[in-house]
Amino acid sequence: MTPRTLFDRIWSRHVVVQEPQSPAVLYVDLHLVHEVTSPQAFQDLCARGLKVRRPDKTFATIDHIVPTDRRGFPIADAQAAEQVRQIETNCRACGVQLFGLDDPRRGIVHVIGPELGLTQPGMTIVCGDSHTATHGAFGALAFGVGTSQVEHVLATQCLLQYKPKTMQVRVDGTLPRGVTAKDLVLALIAQIGIGGGTGSVIEYAGAAIRALSMEARLTICNMTIEAGARAGMIAPDDTTFEYLAGREFAPKGAAWDAALAHWKTLPTDDGATFDETVSLDASALEPMITFGTNPGMGMPIAGRIPDPATISDASQKHALTKALAYMNLQPGQALLGHPIDVAFIGSCTNGRLSDLRAAAAVLKSRHVSPRTRVLVVPGSQQVKRQAEQEGLHEIFRAAGAEWREPGCSLCIAMNGDSLEPGQYCISTSNRNFEGRQGKGGRTFLGSPLTAAASALAGAVADAREFSIADF
Amino acid sequence: MNPLKTLTARVVALPNENVDTDQITPARFLKVTDKAGMDNYLFADWRYDAAGNARPDFVLNQPRAQGAQILLAGDNFGCGSSREHAVWALTAFGFRAVISTSFADIFRNNALKNGLLTIVVDKASHRDLFDLVAEIPDAQLTIDVAAQTLTLPDGRAVNFPLDPFARTCFLEGVDELGYLLARRDAISQYERNTQHGTREA
Repeated sequence: MTPRTLFDRIWSRHVVVQEPQSPAVLYVDLHLVHEVTSPQAFQDLCARGLKVRRPDKTFATIDHIVPTDRRGFPIADAQAAEQVRQIETNCRACGVQLFGLDDPRRGIVHVIGPELGLTQPGMTIVCGDSHTATHGAFGALAFGVGTSQVEHVLATQCLLQYKPKTMQVRVDGTLPRGVTAKDLVLALIAQIGIGGGTGSVIEYAGAAIRALSMEARLTICNMTIEAGARAGMIAPDDTTFEYLAGREFAPKGAAWDAALAHWKTLPTDDGATFDETVSLDASALEPMITFGTNPGMGMPIAGRIPDPATISDASQKHALTKALAYMNLQPGQALLGHPIDVAFIGSCTNGRLSDLRAAAAVLKSRHVSPRTRVLVVPGSQQVKRQAEQEGLHEIFRAAGAEWREPGCSLCIAMNGDSLEPGQYCISTSNRNFEGRQGKGGRTFLGSPLTAAASALAGAVADAREFSIADF
Repeated sequence: MNPLKTLTARVVALPNENVDTDQITPARFLKVTDKAGMDNYLFADWRYDAAGNARPDFVLNQPRAQGAQILLAGDNFGCGSSREHAVWALTAFGFRAVISTSFADIFRNNALKNGLLTIVVDKASHRDLFDLVAEIPDAQLTIDVAAQTLTLPDGRAVNFPLDPFARTCFLEGVDELGYLLARRDAISQYERNTQHGTREA
């Protein structure tokens, strides 16, 4: 038999119809819905007199516009309140389970899917959100769609999709101490560029990937979209299965045994081929930080900002020049020591328990700089409860950081959490686009370790210079 | 969606690379629950200053943008967020086509659903088009979807790729949801065959 990839196995199992010269009709196993990209889809569905075909495969939550300060309730922003009202009404009318404002399972959609056991190997998963790529860490094919396709999936449980190309990213070696999954994926994006994965599904493989925890794998797959790829995937293994066992929506008993037997057949066969292969040596990586206005503009934390004058490609030169003007940074400048106004620890990229543990390990028995406001936003109610059980919230508060309610928060700045124009933020989120964290705000992307160390210093700092207990 | 067969229209150039959807429609405008008035949010942070006044140096605020239906954009247009609001804002402003050397996947998918044609051209033609607009600010281009050509004022035609399905969608105004709904029987059959009939599947 021809060796096959994980992607190819999942793809071919989900093709309902493949007509010549047409995209495939692809079946969706899990449809995740949030308040921002779904209202128009439900409206159009109703206007056509259609119903949600499979409410049992559709789950919704509220994450983007939710205040992360308890004093933010009831929601004062009329538009945000209306989005909440609509998703509540739509889910009730259509029989869709909503993890709503008061639900102890509520959280960022890409954090709760895994932690509730909804996300499983071999599935096709979509959501009206580009960071749906996150779920591929379980060996699922997961990708973001627009509102029209949200409607298509609500109505038919299918969408039209051309088969993408495949790219393997092999990461061998061992990540040095203080270098995290976030640094690994920022290094990859800096290497292949923000359009480097366009048209492809990336499968991550190699010893360094196998050694990662489930949560670290989620960080890697989450950022895959920042390389332009459709989806990121990691073959399921014992790490995956141990994570899933016993979770609310994971199969139980005989169904678990059957699922496990199936999941073990999914990984890519030896000798399977990819359209493209990229290699990284984990051992050579450093903590990464971005200096520009897209996630590909990154460098090792002790590096110096490149000079547009040395870039021959005219469009890249223009892009870098424009980015440095927006960021008010100079070619050749080092970022270590650059003042930081805000540190944000959270998001679907780095808002899970292990991320909060890493940040707490740096902040423990220390105090953040008076010039830096520090927001710690857990990715979900469950993450928040677990962190509080471990006393992490006490560490954050004692260090002078704000311990907030779960949500997308300062990653997208739709909920009232926002930078002021001109402010610099060290952020564990995924995008440093102009204005992403608030109009005129400037973002440096980095790991939770880097964000926490920088919060202490009030300036960009290398966490490896701090003595940190194991976490 | 509305069919698009041929279009002769003015082109405006936005020579920025990697224009992400956060620029096309900043996130604070995603709190809407309908699609009305999206043209007001298009490139809002580039179009308006802090006081909300139009910046005269931004191309969409210039007379040449009035009635323009083709946007000439830099490489990798539409990257980042999946927000379809970006496409709604472009079409509400009046654009029917965007030309670049490449588009982000989700943006291109969203564009097709809304009758916004994404035209990919090679780097040399891309440069020529920017030169053309610099030289003749009110230059018009002609798009022929059936022939998959973009014709410059001097008569030179540039071919562009378009998959057969998308081509049919544009020419006939095919609605993708209609296509999917017409295959409901096959979907039901698939669900029976693969035991997708239960949540435990």
